[in-house]
Amino acid sequence: MEPLSWGGILSGILVAFWPVWAGLAVIFAGSYAARRHLGLYGKLFSSPIGLIGLALVLFWALTALFAPQIAPFAPLEQIAALKNKVPGTPVPDSGGLYYLLGGDNLARDVFSRMVWGSQSVLIIAPAATLIAFMAGIILGLPAGYFGGRLDTALSFLANLVLAFPVILLFYLLVTPEIAREPMVSLGGLGLSLPQMMAAVLFLFPLVFVVMLLRTRFGRRPAQLAPRLGLALVVGLWAYFGLAFNADPLGVLYMDPFLLNIFVSVVFVNSPTVFRIVRGLTMDIKTRDYVSAAQTRGEGPWYIMLWEILPNARGPLIVDFCLRIGYTTILFGTLGFFGLGISPESPTWGMTINEGRRLLSVYPHAAIAPAVALMSLVLGLNLLADGLREQSLKD
Amino acid sequence: MLLFVLKRLGVMLLTALCLTFVVFWLTNLEPNLEKLAKEQANARMTDEQVESWLEGHGYRRPLLLRYGEWVGGVVQGDLGTSSVFRKPVAEIVGERLGYTGWLMFWVMVVMVPSALLIGVLAGMREGSRTDRTLSTFSIASTATPEYVSGVILVVLFASSRGGLSPIFLERGTLLKGVATSATDSITFENFALPVATMALYGMGYIARMTRASMAEVMTAQYIRTARLKGVSFPSIVIRHALRNALIAPFTVIMLQFPWLLTGVVIVETLFNYKGFGWTLVQAASNNDIELLLSCSIVAVLVVLVTQLISDVGYVWLNPRIRVR
Repeated sequence: MEPLSWGGILSGILVAFWPVWAGLAVIFAGSYAARRHLGLYGKLFSSPIGLIGLALVLFWALTALFAPQIAPFAPLEQIAALKNKVPGTPVPDSGGLYYLLGGDNLARDVFSRMVWGSQSVLIIAPAATLIAFMAGIILGLPAGYFGGRLDTALSFLANLVLAFPVILLFYLLVTPEIAREPMVSLGGLGLSLPQMMAAVLFLFPLVFVVMLLRTRFGRRPAQLAPRLGLALVVGLWAYFGLAFNADPLGVLYMDPFLLNIFVSVVFVNSPTVFRIVRGLTMDIKTRDYVSAAQTRGEGPWYIMLWEILPNARGPLIVDFCLRIGYTTILFGTLGFFGLGISPESPTWGMTINEGRRLLSVYPHAAIAPAVALMSLVLGLNLLADGLREQSLKD
Repeated sequence: MLLFVLKRLGVMLLTALCLTFVVFWLTNLEPNLEKLAKEQANARMTDEQVESWLEGHGYRRPLLLRYGEWVGGVVQGDLGTSSVFRKPVAEIVGERLGYTGWLMFWVMVVMVPSALLIGVLAGMREGSRTDRTLSTFSIASTATPEYVSGVILVVLFASSRGGLSPIFLERGTLLKGVATSATDSITFENFALPVATMALYGMGYIARMTRASMAEVMTAQYIRTARLKGVSFPSIVIRHALRNALIAPFTVIMLQFPWLLTGVVIVETLFNYKGFGWTLVQAASNNDIELLLSCSIVAVLVVLVTQLISDVGYVWLNPRIRVR
């Protein structure tokens, strides 16, 4: 078979992504029709920049979802004859399949690895950002609301983490020895340093949900009890499964290396969220509706979670988008220094790191994941910009 | 003002002590010490031999005591000896910091003026086509981390098989993809790509901050007054708006230094430029505890000093803030 021309490669890639195009069409048509009922999200349809961002983000989300249908090869599948071959090389004896973006130096398909690589980043980055947000909110609200010694102590801690050079922290924390070695033993269970950090950081989402329910239904015990029970069962199950690898059912589990990366990224991100939430709280607590709630005799946590937080949502949603992008960059940085999950995993950062050694001779292996990572972060930033523009119009 | 600076210095010292203690603790964790013993003495030692080696070299004394000794040494200028380079740490760090200093200097020379120019041009007429184009460019540049833009730039300018080099040259490449030789002499050929890579990522952020600050200043009453008085637009921008619009970006530029630190590590690794970032990577991956500790002091100090300068500078530049 003949190698493909550049036009052929492009159309081959466009065809390979067909589930994504179909998904994008359905989502956009549906959202456009219902845009008047969708609040801030619906308003995005009047901002071209935000719409481009949304399309890029959805593109990668759908790619991650449909990766098995899109990628022609498995991430670790090697075809020895195609080592370092240029984009568009046909695969022998495959019935018309091509290495659309060429082969890497271990003869794997660059295009397939790029598609598979989207999965890990699109799970880890939003999840880590979400946990960092919950930690930042749970600590930032009381720091801003009560002020005083609590604020001084928490702010000092946050500044301490912020002054720690990110790259140094990663090098010290994300090593195989630290991920595996137990530091303290707790009731026969050896806990490594990342597990100890996870024990603290993963507690915040649980506390967040419990406080949310308690303040909402505090005066109606009949409604509170079943909801609280359900939240505690699910929350504690996830907590023990993910942080300590002690899920009695054996369903929830996190690889120690993955946990290590995840915890480091959450740890680095939460102080910034803390500072933002603290600042917003200090601004909003002087408003009339907060005084009204205080006069009504509401408790401080009710005011923080149900009066202040909903009114701070605009800047927080915008920052959430930006922060997912930043987390994606951090995650890629870890991969770039070879501190990723496992050496074979097709994450974008690690693929860039492998490809860069042969950059001047075989540029294609590093370019594909680099462009992929850039377009995802660009999408998130444009989306944040669009959201900011629209939320300011209110 | 003096009291304010003193107070800040006190907090800074406390932060530095806390952070270096954390680094000390992390580098002296059990697995790291075991690795150190095996590297220094014999890779096939038994657990008892490792234990006795650590005992004999004083690693089994209380952590706080050893930290105190280390701080005492640092205060007297004794940073220890590198176990990989077999040289005093102070000598290595000093030399490498010099190389990184040159990189930083050129990055600043390229990044700051262009970022300010983009920001001022964009913020001058908010919502215009220039504004939209430049703002999109700034967003794109903040979305491109160094390890992405570096790869793209190398392929564009320094690849013999792809990008622009095969179009313009018979053989060879337009620029060099490796900056190792820049430690001897800096030329445009070997230094352009590392500098451009680092400058691109930081530029967008500063430009966006400048734009926001400029746009805010342009809506102020005194600008309207000047305009009604009949002052020409360029003169309004240069003489009235610019001075007030540049206060906020000053803080941002100062706070960029810690970010640049991560950038330095990435860029020096990518282009194999043997400066401070490269040394940090070597120290961390070879378990060179004393070198890594000294690198971390430098890193922490850079962050803290820039924070201090940005705080003090902000107060000094903005007469509306009076510190009591």
